[in-house]
Amino acid sequence: MFNRGKKRMLAVVLSTALSGAAQAKTDLTMYYPVAVGGSLTHVVDSIIADFEKQNPDIDVKAIYAGNYNDARVKALAALQSGQPAQLSVMFSIDVHELMDLDAIIPFDEVATSDEDKTWLNSFYPALMKNGQVKGKTWGIPFQRSTIVMYYNKDMFRAAGLDADHAPKNWDELVDMGKKLTKKDASGQVTQWGAMIPSTGYPYWMFGALTKQNSQVLMNQAGTETYFDKPAVIEALSFWKSLGSEHKIMPEGTIQWGTLRQNFLEQKTAIMWHSTGNLTAVKKSANFDFGVAMLPANKELGSPTGGGNFYLFKKSTPEERQAALKLVKFMTAPEQAAKWSIETGYMGVSPAAYNTDALQRYVKTFPPAAIARDQLEYATAELATHQAGRVRKLLDDAIQATLTNQKSAEDALKHAQQQAERVLKRFE
Amino acid sequence: MQNQVTFLSCLFNSLSIRLSNGLSTLAAWLLGLFWIFPLIYALWAAFHTPEYAAHFALDAPLTLENFRTAWVQAPFMRYMLNTVVITLLILVFQLVLCTLAGYALARINFRGRGVVFALILIQLMVVPEILIVENYQTLASLHSIDTYIGVGLPYLASAFGIFLLRQTFKTIPQALEDAAKIEGCSILQIIWNVYVPLAKPTYLAFSLVSISYHWNNFLWPLVVTNTEQSRPLTVGMAIFGAPESGVDWSVISAGTLISVAPLLIVFLLFQRQFIQSFMTAGVK
Amino acid sequence: MKLNMPRHQQIYAWLLLFPALALLAAFTHIPMIKTLWRSFTSSGMQNNTGFTLDNYRYLLEDDVFWQVLSNSLWYAAVTVPVSMILALAMALWVNGKIRGRSALRLAYFTPTILPMITVANIWLFFYTPEIGLFNNILGWFGHSGYNWLGDPDLSLFSLMLMTIWKEAGFFMIFYLAALQGISRDFYQAAAIEGSSRWTTLRRITLPLLMPTTLFVLINAFLNAFKLVDHLFILTKGGPNNATNLLLYYIYENAFSFFDAAYASVLTVVLLSILVVLAVFQFGVIERRVHYR
Repeated sequence: MFNRGKKRMLAVVLSTALSGAAQAKTDLTMYYPVAVGGSLTHVVDSIIADFEKQNPDIDVKAIYAGNYNDARVKALAALQSGQPAQLSVMFSIDVHELMDLDAIIPFDEVATSDEDKTWLNSFYPALMKNGQVKGKTWGIPFQRSTIVMYYNKDMFRAAGLDADHAPKNWDELVDMGKKLTKKDASGQVTQWGAMIPSTGYPYWMFGALTKQNSQVLMNQAGTETYFDKPAVIEALSFWKSLGSEHKIMPEGTIQWGTLRQNFLEQKTAIMWHSTGNLTAVKKSANFDFGVAMLPANKELGSPTGGGNFYLFKKSTPEERQAALKLVKFMTAPEQAAKWSIETGYMGVSPAAYNTDALQRYVKTFPPAAIARDQLEYATAELATHQAGRVRKLLDDAIQATLTNQKSAEDALKHAQQQAERVLKRFE
Repeated sequence: MQNQVTFLSCLFNSLSIRLSNGLSTLAAWLLGLFWIFPLIYALWAAFHTPEYAAHFALDAPLTLENFRTAWVQAPFMRYMLNTVVITLLILVFQLVLCTLAGYALARINFRGRGVVFALILIQLMVVPEILIVENYQTLASLHSIDTYIGVGLPYLASAFGIFLLRQTFKTIPQALEDAAKIEGCSILQIIWNVYVPLAKPTYLAFSLVSISYHWNNFLWPLVVTNTEQSRPLTVGMAIFGAPESGVDWSVISAGTLISVAPLLIVFLLFQRQFIQSFMTAGVK
Repeated sequence: MKLNMPRHQQIYAWLLLFPALALLAAFTHIPMIKTLWRSFTSSGMQNNTGFTLDNYRYLLEDDVFWQVLSNSLWYAAVTVPVSMILALAMALWVNGKIRGRSALRLAYFTPTILPMITVANIWLFFYTPEIGLFNNILGWFGHSGYNWLGDPDLSLFSLMLMTIWKEAGFFMIFYLAALQGISRDFYQAAAIEGSSRWTTLRRITLPLLMPTTLFVLINAFLNAFKLVDHLFILTKGGPNNATNLLLYYIYENAFSFFDAAYASVLTVVLLSILVVLAVFQFGVIERRVHYR
């Protein structure tokens, strides 16, 4: 699909010729995923406008191309058909596949000055885990999130629980969940204790449970998966038991997309969801809610998630420098703080949280800092070669277990077998 | 005696007819209610605040806020324009190309006609989105990704249209064509003056199918469009309402209403004429 | 007349056919051949790996494929007849003297104007447990409701329901038009003979509607294999592939997994199904044409 050597050559020649002609101006095309309606694009646009004001010699064209998956397909297709694209925000977990396609270059190749190197080291280490492969940095964190626990304080009080004490471990989650689950006279549940979404990104939620059980899902090189380790099976059994045994969560799958509504409609006391939802929940909740770190079993933990900046290989040295400039601008503390406040995504560096703006915001709205505090315990999101296929294997295993089609052990062993087969080529 | 039996059976018949009529009317209405319900719900959710998206209360306050939010979040006018342009572009090409091909297959005896017809019929089932992988690469190599023509190109020739027109043209008396020939008409003139006017019902039916197909088409435009330059309503709405970010039914409903309003209004205004002409035409 | 000369006719025929044929070849026939070729000569992201059966071997071992195949066949087997029967019933209703006829017509026709992808979000609301409409209605009757999209035994059915809703109103229009075209004389004759409504329907209406039924049947089958838009919003093929359909699985493989080779094999399977259907229908249609 991607070896159109001649065309690529031609495009390189053409684009160098063109950039030579334009000389003074460097044009950048950036692909950007917007899973969220239009509001995000406005924030990105305004940051880019600021950048262009500071750098009149660089023109940035942002292409908003749908969700993460669409953005990746479209950016790669553009490159393949000879249209320009110098940088993109894409799924942090796409890194192995992008490397396999020989589409990206490590930032180390471009960020060579001492100042640049300090910049490379200025981010939270947990956010760099998905971007670093083979000792090089391929992805710079930008639109990043983790999973946090949202809980309804009013419901906690009504159930006689301490509203400032969210469940700290799995046992507490079950105990409190039981107290929070309410039934009506006919035995129908009117209020659930907890909900963990199992469509959309089941593997991501599951990554939290396994990390809490002290087991990662893959190696850093993305060539091995550990789906059938006992701790993983145990984690999935626990997830299932919340519905089947403890009855604090509905059985079957729970929709990622509608879960926020369930929480806002007070149908569940606790939900696990992306920090990216924080601003939306804050805006529409008409009850007292809290945000806490996910509960621990053997340890605390959550995977990171979201998108990283990547630099495409098919670009001129000038374009690469300009692209680096843009990435540096967008991840600079002030911009990162602005971005975080307006979207709910994380500030990507400690310096961002030290800005006046973000400090003030955290003071007025403490939940905003939970994601940051949790970073200390965070792990990488499931990322392997053939990421899409491997992810689906795990997703299917999780859903098969939650919907009672298979036992956790059978489902995960099967997924592991299949994953090994898929990854055999990359060992 | 004979009369009495007839009378009784008539009475019985009319009673049972009335009863079954009542039941059947009820069923028709229940079905109708179910069919229009998504639209009614969209109206409800769009005009009320989000708290009432999942609650129904008569005293719920009305608001236009959702429309405002939706309007600033997505360039609906641009999407609408794209959809209209793409749909019309495809329709015009289809009508012309299918007429020419349909005539050739219906009226000209040439070697290989059967084979050609069979080859064309393949596309009746194998529509371009089935071959999405290859067609995408073809479009990419033509540098037509993210253009109107890119969205339309695979659909410009329609086996369905060719098939329908061929069938219709076959039913038109050969004598009419012969008469036109004697008057010295060229082939194109014959097609335009004789065949096209007589096939109007078929054109109407085919246009309805084509417009509805491309107005609603999603998968292919999703793959070949990148930006607002060419993105049609369906793809725009999919991005706008993507469940990844959590569903906000009030705003999505408002967006849905904005996007279907033109078609809905046109249909409401012209319902009578539309269905009447469609019917008097009679599609077979 | 020159036009009658065979040689000229040949040339004219090909000239008239050329634009359509060129486009059909470029976007149907050549891609079909290329798909077949690719399915034997590529692997994952690499093209031209030499002749290989790996992709087909993988197909046979791929549990997901078998499930997707069976889903697709069930999906077609249920949605096609049900939406056609409903379409006919709707057409008969709004063709007769029913109260509020034009309102009903509008109601039946609305799904045609609402694009599947936008309206899927509204259906998501209907299906959502806890806060969704269907479960709330069931709740009035003391029923605890279903997890419509999250229960693998129900989710495909839920998708079918939405598809039928989408399709039936559209097909109704064609039946309605055909019904209007049937001469009153037939029915008067039937009334004189005193035949029941059912007999009239079976003996007169249905046979006269045959051409329309074929027309609709082609569309219905095609749509059953092509309509996957709502999957993008409602289920993404889940839970555990319970609602995954062939075309969606092809899309996933090609555009999420970057496995054009395997997507090609799956396309070959889908093509085979469609070609069989096409041949079958072609046979039926030709017979109808002679009958005419």
